[in-house]
Amino acid sequence: MLQLPVYLDHNATTPCDPRVVEAMVPYFTQNFGNAASRNHPFGWQAEEAVDYAREQVAKLIGADPKEIIFTSGATESDNLAIKGVFEMYASKGNHIITCTTEHKAVLDTCKHVEKAGGEVTYLQVDAEGMIDLKELEAAMKPTTVLVAIMYANNEIGTIHPVKEISAIAKKHGALFFTDATQAVGKIPVDVNKDGIDLLAMTAHKMYGPKGIGALYVRRRNPRVKVTAQMDGGGHERGMRSGTLNVPGIVGFGKACELARLEMQQDADRLSKMRDRLEASLLKLEEAYVNGSRQHRLPHVTNISFKYVEGEGLLMGFNKNIALSSGSACTSASLEPSYVLKALGLGDDLAHSSLRFGLGRFTTDEQIDYTIEQVTNTVNRLREMSPLWEMYKEGVDMNKIEWQAH
Amino acid sequence: MAYSEKVIDHYTNPKNVGTLDKGKKNVGTGLVGAPECGDVMRLQIEVDEAGMITDAKFKTFGCGSAIASSSLATEWLKGKSVDQALTIDNMDIVEELHLPPVKIHCSVLAEDAIKAAINDYRKKNGLEEIKFEERIVH
Repeated sequence: MLQLPVYLDHNATTPCDPRVVEAMVPYFTQNFGNAASRNHPFGWQAEEAVDYAREQVAKLIGADPKEIIFTSGATESDNLAIKGVFEMYASKGNHIITCTTEHKAVLDTCKHVEKAGGEVTYLQVDAEGMIDLKELEAAMKPTTVLVAIMYANNEIGTIHPVKEISAIAKKHGALFFTDATQAVGKIPVDVNKDGIDLLAMTAHKMYGPKGIGALYVRRRNPRVKVTAQMDGGGHERGMRSGTLNVPGIVGFGKACELARLEMQQDADRLSKMRDRLEASLLKLEEAYVNGSRQHRLPHVTNISFKYVEGEGLLMGFNKNIALSSGSACTSASLEPSYVLKALGLGDDLAHSSLRFGLGRFTTDEQIDYTIEQVTNTVNRLREMSPLWEMYKEGVDMNKIEWQAH
Repeated sequence: MAYSEKVIDHYTNPKNVGTLDKGKKNVGTGLVGAPECGDVMRLQIEVDEAGMITDAKFKTFGCGSAIASSSLATEWLKGKSVDQALTIDNMDIVEELHLPPVKIHCSVLAEDAIKAAINDYRKKNGLEEIKFEERIVH
């Protein structure tokens, strides 16, 4: 039975897996102790639960539990990694290299670093969303302390060549940090095989609760340190103070455990559904996939439908299907997606994009329904679009002098 | 952001979608906005010898509020004289559709489209184009 609305916005957030919620519940009213209470069973129970969860988080990315610092989410982890390294390694240098398609949590933190006297290089990306490794090499300086490139992009799903990037960083004596929020739990991530020194991740993108994440900080080869951004009782090895969110951590651990065990079968199933969805929608004229189709997450596709606008499209079915758009109208700032613009997409195509993020509970029936609804709405809106009419008549729209206001 | 019922109605059942023959002397065509902005409206009026607007059609590339604003504009234009049409103000559209502040610019574009269509008609009929003053924002 098809239940509406259908949720296809898993890049934005995911529902908790019921098994995660089940694991968390005892820690609200029964085992509610503070994990830092060393002197009684309430504290010991909480600490045990946290230890187990920490192990599960570490296992998912091939790390040691001692290298996991719990935070309130990926945004906080991004802040801690970038500001923490910038401050800790100030005597070595003040230069950070990142790229234009990073999440705002990274870009805005870099802006903060610039205001604090740091130097930041923002590498451009090509039409598929990839950086040029030669450009990265050329940008490295003796004062470079950190290279920050996300593992996989949240809007288009493009996966960066992380091994090659980390090798370049290492060669020049800089640390490599990756915001792996969208990749962890969806594709294999291994901090040793991939040469990662710091990694940000969050629970709510992998069927865990919102408000809990982690920063991986390498302890060996090399030993990495970050200056704490949250001072207090010295929790998390002095790197992040604050009473641990025990229920959240338990849920996070469970989500990581499930992801580690079910990742491959989820990816296989979802990539088939995603390919089917994509192929059907590309049957529409003037529909384009944004980002690399080769190197990307198995459950994501971002498609532009030329001559119709994104918010208008979503309105055709948003009571029934949940999606995101790169259109300006859907952002608070009225600016179209900066990620799509960085790909070199014209503004009109950025305004016309839809992002589909499939998930663990997505069914074939939901995909069928989505294909039908999106196709019908695109066709209906094109009937109402002056641009589509002009395209059909062979008018060269680049020659028109638009009267923008 | 929830849409008002009227916006949803205009979006689901738009009034007067279509194209008039822009080659005809008594048809005025206004094309405003730009693809880069995510908003393009084409509004057309057909005017009889007495200066009455007998038909109006629109096509819009834009969000639900933009589509609704231009659809509403065509409804209001039909049956008005060209001079009366000049009195249509964007805030009338905002009030009728309950547009939130972030969508007011859609109504402004619709008003611009009306004026552009009228000016096009005037130009084709040997009349001077009207220069519109900067409006006072309410």
